[in-house]
Amino acid sequence: MAFLSILVSAILLLLLLPSRGSSAAAAAAFASGSAAIEEGGAGEEDFSEALLLKPLPDRKVLAHFHFETGAPETPSYGRHHRLFPKSIAQLVKKFHIQEMELSFTQGRWNYESWGGFEPIASSNAKPPGVELWAVFDVPPDDVDASWKNLTHSLSGLFCASINFLESSTAYAAPEWSFRPAPGSLRYGTLPREAVCTENLTPWLKLLPCRDKAGISSLMDRPSIYRGFYHSQRLRLRSVKTSSDGTHSSIILEQTLTVVLHPNIQKTSTVNYGENKLQPSWSMSSLFGRKIGGTCLLAKSSNVYLQLDWDLVRELKHLQNGNQELGVESIMEESFLSNPAFVLSDEPDKVINEVNSRSEGSSAILYEFSVRKHSDLGPFDLGFTWKTPIVWSCPQLPLRVSRFLMGSGNERGAIAISLRSTRVREGLTNAKAMGESCKLDVNVFQVVPWYIKVYFHTMKVFVDGKPIAVSDIIEKIHVSPSEDKVSPGVLEMILKLPCSVDSAGFTLEFDKGFLHIDEYPPDANQGFDIPPAVITFPNFHVKMHFGEDNSSKQSAVLSRFEDNIPVRSYTEVLLVPLTTPDFSMPYNVITITCTVFALYFGSLLNVLRRRVNEEERFLKSKDKRSSPLSRLLSKLSAKLGGKPVVTSQSSARSSSFISLKLILKIILVAGIAIAWQYFSE
Amino acid sequence: MAEPETSKPKPRPIVRLGTLLISHSVLVSVVCCVAGVLALLLLPILAKNTYISENALMPGSASPMLSNLDVSDANRLVNDLSELSSRSNDAGIVQRLIGRYISDLGGEVGYHQFHPDSSRFHPLHFFSVPDTGIVQENINCSCHGISVTGIVRAPRGDGKEAIVLVTPYNYTNAGSADHLSLGIAYSVFSLLSQVTWLAKDIIWLIADSQCGEYASVAAWLRDYHSPTFSGFHANNSHTCDVITTHHDVKENVAKDMSSRDSFIRAGTMAAALVVKVVDRNEPFEDSLGVYAEASNGQMPNLDLINIVNYLAVHRQGLRVKVRKLFSLLDTKWVSFLAEVLESLGSIARRLNPQWKFGIPAADYVDGTATLFGSLYHQALGVPTGPHGAFRDYQVDAVTLEFSPRHYSISKGRTKDFILRGGRLIEGVIRSVNNLLEKFHQSFFLYLLTSPSKFVSVGVYMIAFALLVAPLPVAAASLYAEANCLDTSLDDAKSFSPPAATVNELVISERSWRWIKAVKKVLIVHLWGTTVSLLPYFISQTPSLTPITKLAVWGLFSVVCLLFPYFLLGSPFAGVSGTEEYKHEWALLKSATISAAFIGLGLMSVINFAAAEFGALLMVPMCLMVQPLKLDLRARTLKNLARAAVNLVLAIVGLPPATYYILKCTFGSFDGINIEDFWWWVESLWSWNSATYLFLGMVHLPCWLLCVQILLHS
Repeated sequence: MAFLSILVSAILLLLLLPSRGSSAAAAAAFASGSAAIEEGGAGEEDFSEALLLKPLPDRKVLAHFHFETGAPETPSYGRHHRLFPKSIAQLVKKFHIQEMELSFTQGRWNYESWGGFEPIASSNAKPPGVELWAVFDVPPDDVDASWKNLTHSLSGLFCASINFLESSTAYAAPEWSFRPAPGSLRYGTLPREAVCTENLTPWLKLLPCRDKAGISSLMDRPSIYRGFYHSQRLRLRSVKTSSDGTHSSIILEQTLTVVLHPNIQKTSTVNYGENKLQPSWSMSSLFGRKIGGTCLLAKSSNVYLQLDWDLVRELKHLQNGNQELGVESIMEESFLSNPAFVLSDEPDKVINEVNSRSEGSSAILYEFSVRKHSDLGPFDLGFTWKTPIVWSCPQLPLRVSRFLMGSGNERGAIAISLRSTRVREGLTNAKAMGESCKLDVNVFQVVPWYIKVYFHTMKVFVDGKPIAVSDIIEKIHVSPSEDKVSPGVLEMILKLPCSVDSAGFTLEFDKGFLHIDEYPPDANQGFDIPPAVITFPNFHVKMHFGEDNSSKQSAVLSRFEDNIPVRSYTEVLLVPLTTPDFSMPYNVITITCTVFALYFGSLLNVLRRRVNEEERFLKSKDKRSSPLSRLLSKLSAKLGGKPVVTSQSSARSSSFISLKLILKIILVAGIAIAWQYFSE
Repeated sequence: MAEPETSKPKPRPIVRLGTLLISHSVLVSVVCCVAGVLALLLLPILAKNTYISENALMPGSASPMLSNLDVSDANRLVNDLSELSSRSNDAGIVQRLIGRYISDLGGEVGYHQFHPDSSRFHPLHFFSVPDTGIVQENINCSCHGISVTGIVRAPRGDGKEAIVLVTPYNYTNAGSADHLSLGIAYSVFSLLSQVTWLAKDIIWLIADSQCGEYASVAAWLRDYHSPTFSGFHANNSHTCDVITTHHDVKENVAKDMSSRDSFIRAGTMAAALVVKVVDRNEPFEDSLGVYAEASNGQMPNLDLINIVNYLAVHRQGLRVKVRKLFSLLDTKWVSFLAEVLESLGSIARRLNPQWKFGIPAADYVDGTATLFGSLYHQALGVPTGPHGAFRDYQVDAVTLEFSPRHYSISKGRTKDFILRGGRLIEGVIRSVNNLLEKFHQSFFLYLLTSPSKFVSVGVYMIAFALLVAPLPVAAASLYAEANCLDTSLDDAKSFSPPAATVNELVISERSWRWIKAVKKVLIVHLWGTTVSLLPYFISQTPSLTPITKLAVWGLFSVVCLLFPYFLLGSPFAGVSGTEEYKHEWALLKSATISAAFIGLGLMSVINFAAAEFGALLMVPMCLMVQPLKLDLRARTLKNLARAAVNLVLAIVGLPPATYYILKCTFGSFDGINIEDFWWWVESLWSWNSATYLFLGMVHLPCWLLCVQILLHS
């Protein structure tokens, strides 16, 4: 019966889907109806979409799509949802997911030129490949089972090989360093997963308008995959509302972060010594499309343009130099007379970050409402630079890089080096506190089992001086790897002095041997060590947007106001391991067979032979000569009785025969050669 | 019929075969040796055409993207550099200029300061991996260099792998050819900073070659793979206090650096290309020399050479050359052999057109010269360029040496030359970039007979195996013979049957006689080890001319030899007079041959080419050797000839003599200095060549033992 009802509901859903997605008119009609419903109740499902654009210092543009769907606890629809994707809701219900994040990333986030100390970088800079972590609301014993089922479901849902995270060698259970969720958190990465449009399509399917209307219609596949960084993320939070745990409100946050280059063609006449003008861009030049309208199901649909606080500071300097306008002129509505850049459309609102930094300048966000701007025609926001400006993005407190040491197939070492960026606004007041100032660095590293890390070999260097490990580590948790069962996990908090210039630590490892089945298809490339996660618990990225309720309306801004610690990922490492020669199974088979043949042959020989018996046999055989020779001897005896002579003559005759034979063969061969020679 | 001898059971076939070989050891030795030498000479004919083994490489499948725009940018760099170098010799300005060019392309710039390793012989760390601890003591303070590094990150790559491009450059004193090599590399680098197909990061190392090209690259690789966290400046204060002259340069550069510790790195290295331009004024066309030999005769994967060769010949129309022994080109016997082989080949082809045997005489001569050049450079065990440093870290690397045709005549030619060179390097990098796995498909053990022909290990091993095969046979035969003769001697002596117990005692005593010979061989090998360790102590004492060093070395060696002589008595004391130990020398020869066989076998695993040359010298010497006294006593023509040959072989077999003789015949004729040998030996040990160990621990003891047998009375 239950199965029948599910079937019926699935059919109903299937019938509903085309009317929602394919024809815009139908969608509009549907939406206008539902908008009326939405206004009615407070605990309704809602969807909001936003796009944040940000010029980057290295002539690139960051585009950050943010879609958020909320499904509050409502018993009214039963198992059905109006906006919220059913597959995700089922996932949450089935596996009791409290929190989950899945990201597909291609390319590397450039922490130095794209920033690291800001909300977007902190939550959207992800390691290459797939990263998945989930917190389950189940008893500790069932967490692993839930995780395994979840990976399989997600793998089917997103057309990716997430199911490889099922194996216990692929995931880890961090205790405290990744997130404070002891026991019920599982974490796994697949660094080699290729990300492509087949992963994007199922992700878009979760949106109520897919990419047919609204901001997501900008997602032209060639343009977004042409970028320097592409990270597609799905984040899920569920809050249990009822006491029995049957009802929970879920918030689904889908983001796509891309870094694009406005114009690809080369500027040949590079004049050295003077600053180059940043390339101007517009939505149509970045994506090749314009926004035709909003997704009518969306509660809010906004485009933001963010200017970093350092850029704002530079702009202020520029204005102070040019004319004695006030600092406020950027923020004012009359900004179109700005000396640095021109916007094609007038923003609806200028949101000013309430200052949290010491320098006295803060980031600015221009808000454009898509609904308003696409009334007259497709919305195409353009940004044109007028003056060359150089600025930098907010940097991480420490620049982290990880690399391999050593060479050869036997052993090596992992080294993580932390270098100060000298941009440490947050620390200036901390420094005033004196010598006791400490900078916490939280390191979380998962190492596959075939990289056998010796944790006792850890060496720590601060400012070029070796330091006893116990002096600098506040807290450490190590779970050594177990061959073919579980990976090695290292979690620790380093307490570095604030004045630290550079620090580094090394861990030595041995390279293990794999069984022949365990090699991946392209084993000769080497094996990946997943990136280490470095968190700075003392630093939090958080933006304040004043008292007005602008941030309450927009989901993306409220995410910016979340208090998240600064996090960064290191590079993926490639470790070459010894690999067998896969291309020659034939040789292996041949050698094995030969060895077996030799072994069994000699063994049988030894078992079967009896040396004494053989000798006796040989002796007896010699006594009784062969029948032929007996015959011959009889014959010779009959002829004249001189056996020696006959044997000699026979020997001579046999040698004579062989000589004759050889002569014949040589003659025939010679004739053949001569014939071949003259026939040409 | 029923006699006890005939009723002996028949031994097993393999044993019978063995006894047959041993009983005909002389014939076997002659046949095998001749066949071994012939097989070596036949290798150029047996060489196969190279082919791209790894399908993923796909060289030349994409049309080159390097445009005139990149070339004109590069040309501007070349002009800037030549202008700067004509004005001043300040290395710092040049470094900053190059750094600015790289950062204008959007690449990361790093400056690597280093002191190269001093070439010091470390007898105990011979084959070990460079360890940071040793490296620290080993730093040479007399030279200080700064290399500039640029990195282009692959826009969509994951940064796990990198391709290295190296251009050695002398910042203080660079010629126009050096500027051109930078130009070629820069044109490729500027192209790669814009392309979207890049999957691996590109590292461009402009190695400061004022301390030597190899040393700077090796120092950079050392810091890349085993960095010292204790910091460079700390090192300085420990080991190199005295550098004050370079501090201003360092500080100049430091101003440009974004941070002090500016060693930048990318992922695991997939391959490395060293680009050099030399001004040889090629008469006809632009040519490209490919150098691949790394330390101890290690070669990069053949696929790397194949793609270079394929792209250079079929895409860029460059003439590719591999280093050869030019003196072999116009020797009589090679050309004679070539003609014989050619006629043999033509006869074979007439008999059956299917037999593709034989190559034109000119090709054969060329192939032989290349083959022996290849063998020689592998045998030396000294890398032929900066690429050798990469092989120590299991990175495939090759040096491309462009030599343009009168490029300096006109401006337009420079651009054309940069375009051709740049497109070649772009193609190679694109191929390597296509590669998903590391190089593993093609051969690592091979000899080149021309840029497009190679002899694989399966073929060239035959020549060596044939050459070495008679050694165990001869040793066994000698041993058996010596035992047999003694037995017969004893039998003859003790004709009247004594008590059986006494006879058995004699036999057991006799069967242990080989231990004496083995002891002697062991002592001589120990002496060889001491002799090869001596230069370490000699080189510790300063202010000695090479000739005195050589003399001291020789003297000490002789003293070391005399020491066991006095301690253990004369090597043949108590042996010479007694009649029954007349065949003592046979046992000694047997032991010598066994030791030589073991040594050659081991060396063939470490460095095949050195073992091959060693076998060519040692095998005839070991097999022929017989006491002069015996030969002179016999006084037949055959015996006298053998004595003469033995003498010649013994003289040729001494390593210094071999060196001087080879230098006379093949080397330049500008006179031979005695001290050359010292320099040669010093270069061998400073490059950690296994050939040095082979000479000292296998060849020299074997020679001494042979001389002992010769002088046996």
